[in-house]
Amino acid sequence: MQFRRFLFSALAALIAVGGAAFAQQAQQTGAKVAVTQAWARATPGKSTIGAAYATVTASAGDRLIAVATPVAGAAQLHQHTMDNGVMKMRQVDAVPLPAGQAVTLSPGGYHIMLVDLKAPLVAGQSFPLTLTFEKAGTVETNVTVGGVGASGPAGAADHMNMDHMDMGAMAGHKG
Amino acid sequence: MSRAKNFQIGGLVVLAGLLLAGILLAGGVAWEKWHDGAPTAKIGGPFELVDARNGKTVTDQDYKGKWLLIYFGYTHCPDACPTALNDLSLALDKLGDRRRDMAPLFITIDPERDTADVMKDYAASFAPDIVGLTGSTEQIAKAEKEFRVYAAKHPTKDGGYDMDHSSIIYVMDPSGRFVTNFTHETDPDQMAAKLMSLAS
Repeated sequence: MQFRRFLFSALAALIAVGGAAFAQQAQQTGAKVAVTQAWARATPGKSTIGAAYATVTASAGDRLIAVATPVAGAAQLHQHTMDNGVMKMRQVDAVPLPAGQAVTLSPGGYHIMLVDLKAPLVAGQSFPLTLTFEKAGTVETNVTVGGVGASGPAGAADHMNMDHMDMGAMAGHKG
Repeated sequence: MSRAKNFQIGGLVVLAGLLLAGILLAGGVAWEKWHDGAPTAKIGGPFELVDARNGKTVTDQDYKGKWLLIYFGYTHCPDACPTALNDLSLALDKLGDRRRDMAPLFITIDPERDTADVMKDYAASFAPDIVGLTGSTEQIAKAEKEFRVYAAKHPTKDGGYDMDHSSIIYVMDPSGRFVTNFTHETDPDQMAAKLMSLAS
């Protein structure tokens, strides 16, 4: 009996130590999340709202929980759904990121809504964007502005983020 | 006649009246349902709105002789509306000389925020010939009804609102009759091909 109890505690201790070591390792490797292909649409007319998109890959599974940029008063996570020909846009608390799976925020799906833009977004310009993840913390990226109705990033080379791995050319969007 | 008898007859008359009213109501509802369900469900009709470029009132009559390409949306829409308007502008670019025969209209479903001043530059950002139309709440509501457009405010956490809305491009022939529509599934090439075959 004694022995068995000892075995149990030893096992529990091992698991605890191992878990801690694992967590520490995760902390050390840092960028467990790769953000690539960040782009936005130029704002039409006097519009003070905009949309930004990116491709996000979390190696261990994570959730995108917040976004921020100095160019807008607020940045929110939104999801679009098409329900019987009716477009609905809803703010979401998080974008789920399954382990190792590239999640592409794109027109008609998830997008980062930029509210109260301080200046119009002009094609060819770029701006910084900070993405906050539940586990991986924050990741900075640079967003390149395309045309007013751009349906995807202009070219992979223009949108490669030097700090993170390049995911290669993104699958073409509609149009 | 006793008072009791009087009362009984009165009750019968009221009952008969109620029964008749019920039959008429049921008949009316059935008639309406049958009509609504008819395959020739009418889309489009007379409208009176405001041209955002000059603030002048326009009606459906002003566009007689042109193919009307109508999209209902709003400028605080960061995703669906720019996508639809951009697809429309790409389709227009493929029409060559036939482009002259088209009158592409962007009608707001959010007249509160989409004043003429806001709409003017917004529509033109996509293509010089896309005209933004706004109007009073009543004028917009009437146009939505004629085109069977669904539009409803959805409050947001920050105290503002987004709009849930039908995202469809309606194609009306030069006499103002509904011909077809384009959705987000229709790419610009398909739109252009359809418009070329219709307008030739």
